[in-house]
Amino acid sequence: MLLGHHIPGTTRLHRLPAGTKLGAMLLIGLIVVVVRGPVSALVAVAMGLALLLWAGAGLRLTLRAIRGVLVVALCLGGWLAWQQGWASAVEGVGDLLALVLVATVLTLTTPVDELLDTIAHRVRFLRPLGVDPERVALAFGLMIRAIPATVELAEETQRAARARGLERSLPARLVPLVIRVVARAQHTGDALHARGLGD
Amino acid sequence: MIEFDRAGVRVPVASGDLQILAPTSLSLTEQRVALIGPNGAGKSTLARLVNGLATPSSGQVRVDGLDVATRGREVRRRVGFTFTDPAAQLVMPTAAEDVALSLRRTHRHRAERRAAALDVLADFGLEELADRSVQTLSGGQRQLLALAGVLATAPSVLVADEPTTLLDLANARMIGDLLLGLPQQLVLVTHDLDLAARCDRAVLVTDGRVAADGPAAEVVAHYRATAGTARPAGDRG
Repeated sequence: MLLGHHIPGTTRLHRLPAGTKLGAMLLIGLIVVVVRGPVSALVAVAMGLALLLWAGAGLRLTLRAIRGVLVVALCLGGWLAWQQGWASAVEGVGDLLALVLVATVLTLTTPVDELLDTIAHRVRFLRPLGVDPERVALAFGLMIRAIPATVELAEETQRAARARGLERSLPARLVPLVIRVVARAQHTGDALHARGLGD
Repeated sequence: MIEFDRAGVRVPVASGDLQILAPTSLSLTEQRVALIGPNGAGKSTLARLVNGLATPSSGQVRVDGLDVATRGREVRRRVGFTFTDPAAQLVMPTAAEDVALSLRRTHRHRAERRAAALDVLADFGLEELADRSVQTLSGGQRQLLALAGVLATAPSVLVADEPTTLLDLANARMIGDLLLGLPQQLVLVTHDLDLAARCDRAVLVTDGRVAADGPAAEVVAHYRATAGTARPAGDRG
């Protein structure tokens, strides 16, 4: 999965300030959610793909970005088609893919360190309310890191289930994954605590 | 100096309280101290008390006179900690960003932070991996990077919890040599008895108690002689 990875580059998108990209992502996300209908969803997907290609991802990486959420998107689409019809299915899947693509463009073109600085700077007005901007930024950084790390754990869990001949068993793939994700979160918390981050 | 003053750890279980570590008193003043013993004996718990990852149920732990329970923030600035599995410790996408994360407290500007992170990586021979994803690094490189991230803030004490356990022979030797050559006071939890024997002092922990304590070579020899007779321990970490 490409979301959460940064690829250094010199495209216009890479050179844009992180704050501008973050604001644009939030705005696009809002528009995608507010504007209803399958046509607007398909337009949003096309726009997300175009941005990803513009960011220099290339066709192979772009396909990789979509592949990561394709299973979830197809399940969602199937459910929506069954419950509410094809128009809702296209809209739901389209909105999901568009949001993932736009978020991928942000992480692909922006170093996490720059994002952390931007977020810490933008939320400093909350300091009088007792909010620590560095903590907010750290939480954001951890969230970005958690996405590929969770995918990695899911792949390992899948391989472990296959090794035991349990590849068709949903509990054999899901239960260990949940336990490992929680354990990883605990270990990460310990590691941050040990490094004095968030103190 | 690290002082354990009757520091013990108990955890609640279904049948009551389980004693993980009996009240222990130690003064660790040596440059390199090894904690050895069987799995589940309480070594890691003892080590985790040093920077507040574990909390004593009784007694006190002090680092340079600072009580870990009440002055944890100051203690953690003095005590670095590395884990057996560096994967959980590396929280940023690339090597340089992970080291830079440690430096956020001391370097306000990103360019300065990046330069300092690259300097730290160079010290560990990792400069060429600066922009590589941490997921693509080998086990040895990850452990080295985890060490770099912790040592970037120049702590005066480093606690390393089984840092060589997941590594192959060459990487284990490289990390071991690096740890023993550090200027920081080192508290090393290890099953590598050759490495432990090279420390100044060793503490043998079995069944949640200190079973032997003294010059590393003597304690390691004692452990080698008696290890086969020890009762397998419970889950004390």
